[in-house]
Amino acid sequence: MKAARLLVTALRDPETVAGIEMADWTALLTAARAERLLGTLACRLDSRAVPASVARILADARAGADEERRAALWEAEMARRALAPLGIPVVLLKGTAFVAAGLDAGQGRSIGDLDILVPREALGEAEAALRATGWEWVKENAYDDSYYRRWMHELPPLIHRDRDRMIDVHHTILPPTARPTPDAAALLAGAVLLGNGLSVLSNEDIIIHAVAHLFADGDLSGGLRNLWDIDRLIREFDGESFWVRLQERAERHDLRPAVERAARQANDLYGTPIPKRWRVWDSGDPLIKRRLLARDGWGRQGYPFTRLYFFVRSHWMRMPPLMLAKHLWTKAIRKPA
Amino acid sequence: MRHRFSVQVGAVGFRIGSAWRGPIAALERLYVGYPKPDVPDMTVRLFPEKPWRRFARPSVAISGDFWLPDAAPLPLRQGLLAAEMGMNLQVALGWRRHLLLHCSAVERDGRVLLMSGASGSGKSTLATMLALRGWRFLGDEFAFVDLEDGRIHPFPRASSLKNEAVAAVRSAGGAVGPVLEGTPKGMIGYWRPPEIAIARMTEAAPPAMLLFPRFGRPENVERLAASETFMLLTQASTNYVSLGEAGFGALTRLVQDLPALAIDYPDGEAGMMLVDRLWGET
Repeated sequence: MKAARLLVTALRDPETVAGIEMADWTALLTAARAERLLGTLACRLDSRAVPASVARILADARAGADEERRAALWEAEMARRALAPLGIPVVLLKGTAFVAAGLDAGQGRSIGDLDILVPREALGEAEAALRATGWEWVKENAYDDSYYRRWMHELPPLIHRDRDRMIDVHHTILPPTARPTPDAAALLAGAVLLGNGLSVLSNEDIIIHAVAHLFADGDLSGGLRNLWDIDRLIREFDGESFWVRLQERAERHDLRPAVERAARQANDLYGTPIPKRWRVWDSGDPLIKRRLLARDGWGRQGYPFTRLYFFVRSHWMRMPPLMLAKHLWTKAIRKPA
Repeated sequence: MRHRFSVQVGAVGFRIGSAWRGPIAALERLYVGYPKPDVPDMTVRLFPEKPWRRFARPSVAISGDFWLPDAAPLPLRQGLLAAEMGMNLQVALGWRRHLLLHCSAVERDGRVLLMSGASGSGKSTLATMLALRGWRFLGDEFAFVDLEDGRIHPFPRASSLKNEAVAAVRSAGGAVGPVLEGTPKGMIGYWRPPEIAIARMTEAAPPAMLLFPRFGRPENVERLAASETFMLLTQASTNYVSLGEAGFGALTRLVQDLPALAIDYPDGEAGMMLVDRLWGET
């Protein structure tokens, strides 16, 4: 779609926006908002080089991102205080990790829930400690709750009763039912302390988690944002023997094909520098690109059949066939809440 | 989208896309003479929930930059209401440039009277009737509080009057139309603000008094402490929490030195006289 392409181009080469027409600005900003990339775009563009009405919208987006960053860091601190008595490592993931570690990927990024990683054997204690300090269950449905506990890589989501903010407590980065099996112990062992009692994953593992989030755990909705994360992370971490370490680490987490695919896609869309030997042709790439660019200038998702394919694929990857059939059956016969 | 319309109302530029011509035609009539944004701030989409709902018992689903998952679609003949709800929704969920208070606002002699209250309190009707008596109409839905200097920015949308308010405004000399019957909120009539309110939609003014009106009760006036006003307005704001410190700063500044009164009044005429008297005392 044209709007998604405008967005990708504006992020990759901010100076190209000088030639954009008014009608295209509307499409670009709407697509950026729908892809949750408006704050990021606002940090990339020079407000002096855009029309006044666009500059106002970008200024709002920057202010909004600053506030989201502040709220996300505060939420991380709240979780740290709740979990400190347990003496377990608490590793920040995704957007909160980017801003806590001061990474480029955090610039203007929208951050919703707090995602943390804790050792699997400490899950019960962690949940009890969070429940004792004001977090409450959201999933009322018994099937959903037991599904999470049995088959997911995270606890059922908890919401804090006063601050109305959600926390996802992970014990690994992919559902145990998914085909690849990341090494959760290695994720924790490689984590880096930030000096405030919280940690983030190692550089390579941050990228691998972003890739797992993009490809192996969902239908690629919001994919442009996740891919932008990957682009920024690669550019920031690139250096001596980086690609060798990334490849070895990806191998260890069973995610090497996914990491290579993400690197190729980031290179194609955002011009991410990747080694020559990573740049190979793959028959699956064009369809993924089409799915990533499905957003139109009204903020809608186009390409319904492409999206359906990836929706089916996301379930297929997450569950063995029999289990998938049972899951879909249970969801289908459930009475609407 | 197939049919589209854009309009600038105060600080907000809207774009509305629709699968049907009807809602767009209604918007064009209601907002004739309003300026157009070059790049709109917010997008509303009106579309059939299922493809066949475009033709068979057509029903209008509401979405846009921001949406609520449980918003029920409306029948096509209430398409204007769907558009208005969509516009309200964008502002309520997405606007960050000002502190938003669920208030009606009118201005006289360069100073603004704010009226806050739940649906049915009479704040829209009072604002409309005051506007018919020479006050400048700033808006009946949201007051936009400037985050820097605390002034109130106009948002002169068409006022949506519910049920008895339609007759009340008509008997006070106001022209109400179109009128939609049988909506989820009952009968709704739209009242277009006077031309002067539209022409001056970019002129902000400082607040001078805040009222919490309650319609249909024996007359009573009660002065509120700044702390109580603050708490009430955090409830009446749609973006106080998401603005963080900027919202706290703006709201703290607003409630300081601003006379705030809870007023009960039995009917529209008594309400107007009461407002006139209290305004004269400030």
